[in-house]
Amino acid sequence: MSRDPDGVGGISDPDMSESESSTTASRRSFLKEGAACVVGACCVGVPAVAGLVAWLDPLSQDGSSGDVATRVATLNALPADGTPQRVTVVRGRSDAWTRDGAVPVGAIYLRKTGERAVQALHSMCPHAGCFVDYQAARGVFFCPCHDSTFAVDGSINDPHSPSPRGLDALEVELKGDEVWVRFRNYRTGIQQKVPVS
Amino acid sequence: MKGLISWLDNRTGMNGLLKEALFERIPGGARWRYVWGSTLTFCFVVQILTGVVLWMAYSPSAGTAWESVYYIQHEMTGGWLLRGLHHYTAQAMHVLLALHLLQVIIDGAYKAPREVNFWFGLVLLFLTLGLGLTGYLLPWDQKGYGATKVATSLAGVVPVIGPSLQKLVVGGTEYGHHTLTRFFALHAGVLPGLMIAAIAAHVALFRKHGITAKQPYKKPDANFWPDQVLMDGVACLAVLGAVLYFTVRHHGAELYAPADPTQPFNAARPEWYFLFLFEFLKLHILTDWFGHHGELVGAIIVPGLIAAVLAAMPFIAVRRHGHRFNLAFLSVLLVGAGLLTLRSIRSDRNNPEFQAAMTQAKAESDRVVALIQANRGIPRAGAAALLKEDPSTVGPRMFAQHCASCHRYDGHDGLGGVSKELASAPDLKDFGSRAWLAGLLEAGRITNHSYYGGTKFREGKMVKYVTTKLPKKHAADPSALEAMVAAVSAEAALPAQAVADARDAALIEKGRSHVRETFGCTDCHAFRKPDDEASAPDLTGWGSREWIIGITTNPAHERFYGKRNDRMPAFGKEGRLSMSEMGLLADWIRGDTAPERVVAGMK
Repeated sequence: MSRDPDGVGGISDPDMSESESSTTASRRSFLKEGAACVVGACCVGVPAVAGLVAWLDPLSQDGSSGDVATRVATLNALPADGTPQRVTVVRGRSDAWTRDGAVPVGAIYLRKTGERAVQALHSMCPHAGCFVDYQAARGVFFCPCHDSTFAVDGSINDPHSPSPRGLDALEVELKGDEVWVRFRNYRTGIQQKVPVS
Repeated sequence: MKGLISWLDNRTGMNGLLKEALFERIPGGARWRYVWGSTLTFCFVVQILTGVVLWMAYSPSAGTAWESVYYIQHEMTGGWLLRGLHHYTAQAMHVLLALHLLQVIIDGAYKAPREVNFWFGLVLLFLTLGLGLTGYLLPWDQKGYGATKVATSLAGVVPVIGPSLQKLVVGGTEYGHHTLTRFFALHAGVLPGLMIAAIAAHVALFRKHGITAKQPYKKPDANFWPDQVLMDGVACLAVLGAVLYFTVRHHGAELYAPADPTQPFNAARPEWYFLFLFEFLKLHILTDWFGHHGELVGAIIVPGLIAAVLAAMPFIAVRRHGHRFNLAFLSVLLVGAGLLTLRSIRSDRNNPEFQAAMTQAKAESDRVVALIQANRGIPRAGAAALLKEDPSTVGPRMFAQHCASCHRYDGHDGLGGVSKELASAPDLKDFGSRAWLAGLLEAGRITNHSYYGGTKFREGKMVKYVTTKLPKKHAADPSALEAMVAAVSAEAALPAQAVADARDAALIEKGRSHVRETFGCTDCHAFRKPDDEASAPDLTGWGSREWIIGITTNPAHERFYGKRNDRMPAFGKEGRLSMSEMGLLADWIRGDTAPERVVAGMK
């Protein structure tokens, strides 16, 4: 820190003439200035830091949706011809102070790819998070936000698609006749499929 | 009075301040081109006044935000007016900002020594955009929810800090209570606070440097008071008039159905003043040139560069042709934004899918209001819960999902989607009504694709009967068919036919004997008494709620088609649909959707 005999950042007392200031006076003045800054910084800093810490709380929360499978449908409820069916995922959810036992948390598309094979696709566009609607008449997934489309298997089928990747596939488990899916959200706008956490 | 004023002035110096504020000299006299700053200040005051009162009625949480805004819009005395003023003044501010910026650049009011003040103006511009962005999430309706999802997704593509930034803005990884509390704190606290400070600095610096008078002077110099104040006042009145016009015309501001992350919302669009950016991000050039980085370039880098050029304008102006460059740059920017906005509006207007989505969104928001009013309030579970148990909301969705691959509803899939393929099962619009049944019994129509045309019953006994025997019977006794149709249709007890059924009790009674005797329907069908021999679907209670639930549960049950069932799945038996889902579907097909009945049914 450089010495600043005129006061903080050039703020000087206009009444004090150059000739009056001696070395001792300016040293005393410097100490006072320093102390005033420290005291002031403490007074403002403590509440500011307290606020900042609380404001940053979401960063320390685990936001991953957990590695839980949810029962979403039965096999025979899915059309044999492989037409995607939209299914609501209902499961427990915490939102800050609210804890719900079983509420709709999102939607997925299920599609039979074989006698006992099911593909699950997230309903959220990997581009900007809009809800992708399956249009049976055209046989495509359509994102209304940027008019882009995805093929029935979730891959990009639109040459100008702004989406960095195809629709996100979710892990499917078949337990007897039941279809279980590990539902989670993925980060949007990037090429890699990274779960939100 | 005079004594009091001079006492106060002595202690505050207020007379001097007032004089300084009112008697600022304006070289060349008052002019209309100087009004923009004042109109913006006026708008900000309107926003503070209306905003504080809205605040008193608003409750930011995922379970109460929409509900409290509903209350403001539909129940509170003058609430719609208050909300409309706030909504449309916000839009007016964006237009006025563009005009103010344009005037400042044209008049050269951004050049030295006014650089810092110009920057304060830019800060105010971005604060206003920020207030718009944080404002439209607050109602927690489908539109605000969808738009915010897109906006916060954009935050996520910022390199390195993106995900953390997004988490801080959203208040976690999922949209919920803390998204609202955070956005509301920004909208009602942080941003307006910064705005007040920036306006104070902006006005103080403006007064320090004085007005940048436009040459040549056409009139002698004048004072701010009263000449310019009058002009400013008239301009503010004009702004208010425009805001009131839109507020009254739209009866406040739109409020879409409550946010529902499990339903597509194909009418998702940002507010019009962000449409240019929305349309810009749609341009193929972005993906063609920058591939997967198109989003980053379009949403962050290009707007950032534009902001940087704007901020550098005072320095550019010192260079040769600098001022002309600035003028040209701003003109291109505003014209470009205008064209993109028009392009977006026009493409939506010519897009039938978008128009259908808008109609549906409007219908849903009207519907939820009707349900709330029938219920005389919103249950604690929230407005979205009301919609989830509403046949006219859920019915068409379920129909589109489960039924529309074979059936149609008035030619579409329930939600307005029209398939190119012909229906392979009957059209269920008005199923159970006299008109529907009369159509089925017409020789020329039964084999249409809106009846049995697509089914294997096209070759069946019923078609044979309708095309051969029935016309003869009808010719022998023309009044009998009408009575029979009324009698069978009365089994459905459709709400829409309740009046006709009560009025035609005698006709229906006569028709019941025609069913048996004249037409011999009971040769195959059971009618109003058990019949073990019956080989065709039961006509007892045909088209009633219970009958529709029955056939949806299991069409191959002997009461319905038995072994002759043609491809229709047993939705209930196979666990595809629950009892309550089938009930909602039946209620919708039967048109049993009066809000009062729906609400009574929920209880």
